[in-house]
Amino acid sequence: MELLVASAIGVMTAAGIYLMLRLRTFPVVVGLALLSNAVNVFLIATGRLAVNQPPVLRDHAASGTYTDPLPQALVLTAIVIAFGMTALVVILALGAFLSSETDRIDTTDTDSAAREEGQS
Amino acid sequence: MSHWIIAPIVLPALMAPFIVLFLRHDVGLQRVFSLAATLAVGAIALGLTAAAAGGAMEVYELGNWPAPFGIVLVLDRLSALMVLLTAVLAIGVLLHVIGTGWDRRGRHFHALFQFQLMGLFGAMLTGDLFNLFVFFEVLLIASYGLMIHGGGTYRLRAGVQYVVFNLAGSTLFLFALGTLYGVTGTLNMADMALRVGELPAGDTALLRVGAVLLLMVFAVKAALVPVQFWLPGTYANAPAPVAALFAIMTKVGAYAILRVYTLIFTPDLAATGSLAGDWLMPAAIVTVIVGMVGILGARELARLVSFSAIGSMGTLLVAIALFTPEGTAAALYYMIHSTFAAAALFLIVDLVDARRGATGGRLVDAQPMAQGGLVAAFFFAAAIAMAGLPPLSGFLGKLLVLDAARGAAQVWTVWAVILATSLLAVVGFARAGSTLFWKPHALPAEEPAPQAAPATTLPFVATGGVLAIMALMTVFAGPLTGYLQATAAQLHTPANYIDVVIDPEAVADAGGGAHGAEDHDGAEPETGDHHEGE
Repeated sequence: MELLVASAIGVMTAAGIYLMLRLRTFPVVVGLALLSNAVNVFLIATGRLAVNQPPVLRDHAASGTYTDPLPQALVLTAIVIAFGMTALVVILALGAFLSSETDRIDTTDTDSAAREEGQS
Repeated sequence: MSHWIIAPIVLPALMAPFIVLFLRHDVGLQRVFSLAATLAVGAIALGLTAAAAGGAMEVYELGNWPAPFGIVLVLDRLSALMVLLTAVLAIGVLLHVIGTGWDRRGRHFHALFQFQLMGLFGAMLTGDLFNLFVFFEVLLIASYGLMIHGGGTYRLRAGVQYVVFNLAGSTLFLFALGTLYGVTGTLNMADMALRVGELPAGDTALLRVGAVLLLMVFAVKAALVPVQFWLPGTYANAPAPVAALFAIMTKVGAYAILRVYTLIFTPDLAATGSLAGDWLMPAAIVTVIVGMVGILGARELARLVSFSAIGSMGTLLVAIALFTPEGTAAALYYMIHSTFAAAALFLIVDLVDARRGATGGRLVDAQPMAQGGLVAAFFFAAAIAMAGLPPLSGFLGKLLVLDAARGAAQVWTVWAVILATSLLAVVGFARAGSTLFWKPHALPAEEPAPQAAPATTLPFVATGGVLAIMALMTVFAGPLTGYLQATAAQLHTPANYIDVVIDPEAVADAGGGAHGAEDHDGAEPETGDHHEGE
């Protein structure tokens, strides 16, 4: 179990970072999604891996076997935020692609100068 | 427990949806309500600062849950000061936006503006690390909307870059929080400060990883080298008044560093020691150099001002990295100053952009601009302040920073870098100013400049007001540094903060141990079922 979770987090993080470095919007968005999934699994793991245990303190505290409920609440928040942000970045990237006809993330100095001309 | 503490968060949080739902077709009414809400928050912030000035801290327990279990808001001198600073800046920016009509160039400016304020105030008041993450997200989400306000190809592309950079930063934030929660079993700042001191030696390596990860996250917000890349592109391509508001966003990063590394990972803590300062100081020094050299290299005004903002963040973080009461007091003075200096410069960028037609802010020869004299005077004053020449507050701020660095090991490096780069800044600003305001008069006049001057006085009032605050900061530097020294003293005695937030009985009930299965041998947490139960 530990090996599976740890390697899943590791592989997803590595793949996410690799894709983010591609500088094209589609791989970057996929990379971000992978990265946020990796961090969500990581957050779950911070409550220690207790399989098939109830996430309640009250009746199970004595026996010492329960899942920490707090990370689950944290993950829920993180999922909502990451999902909304992914949607936003897709729309934004689409808008940028349609108006500039390039899907590169990086901008250069000449772009900046051209910006001024574009505004006039 | 005063409910006023939460007012700066609740008021913009209610005003923003109200503006979206009921006023979306009427920019005039939006302006009235947005300005009224911002002024009201300013008044509340004044009241909070007056309440905190005496030195008493107040804790607001959300839902009345006691501290380590519920989320708390904490009002101390530092958070009150930050809220007041933000509110004052917001009023200035909002006046400028209304005067220049920026809010008509896209939709929902005022709603996003209010959400932005909500996130900023929340991040400054909260006493819980995960809540800090949530409020960071709130302010970032609003800032994404504000950043691309008005649209345009290059603004959108810069916006994508900005969003992606910050999403990666948010992921890093979650990794840091997960690590810290895994080690300490709490996310409440005061509770964590208690527990890091009691950690077994075997867990301190993981704690150090968490501490450094968190420092990196805040460094991204504060635009510290080597993670400053997002700033010039974002600030230069955002609408200039929005960039003026963003001047406070980098300071939120600096605020978070101050809060976390004077409360939780203090220099006295054996597990981390001077870790934060050791990493922060060299990075801050390089940031100063990068920012000020960037001023020399910039080819358009907005980019020049962006680099000067990076440079001032470097100076600020040099003072913070000392982690002494004197350093912190100097950092706070410089933080207030550099917020207003950067904001004033960005407002001036907008004034210049609006008056140079197609040339915009590019540092090339063009025809003289309308009302050039007044704009030039404003630019002169703001540039003096940013470069750190007397008589404005930049001079005093840098003097305080240099003075505070006297006892540090790197004193000669700090002095040499800050003084030499100030000279670079003077040269850079002087070159930009002469290109913008003087050279046009030496050029042969081709034809009478046709630009109709934007006829409103409100933007001048806003910019002048921000500059006047810096003049007041110089005149009243004595009382102000008195308050800031008290703030620094309060920050460097974290025991007071912990005592106010954590009720010892509640902690004792919960068994006091780390989370997880090991420690809960029979002691049932009583606090979990609180009031509502039977």
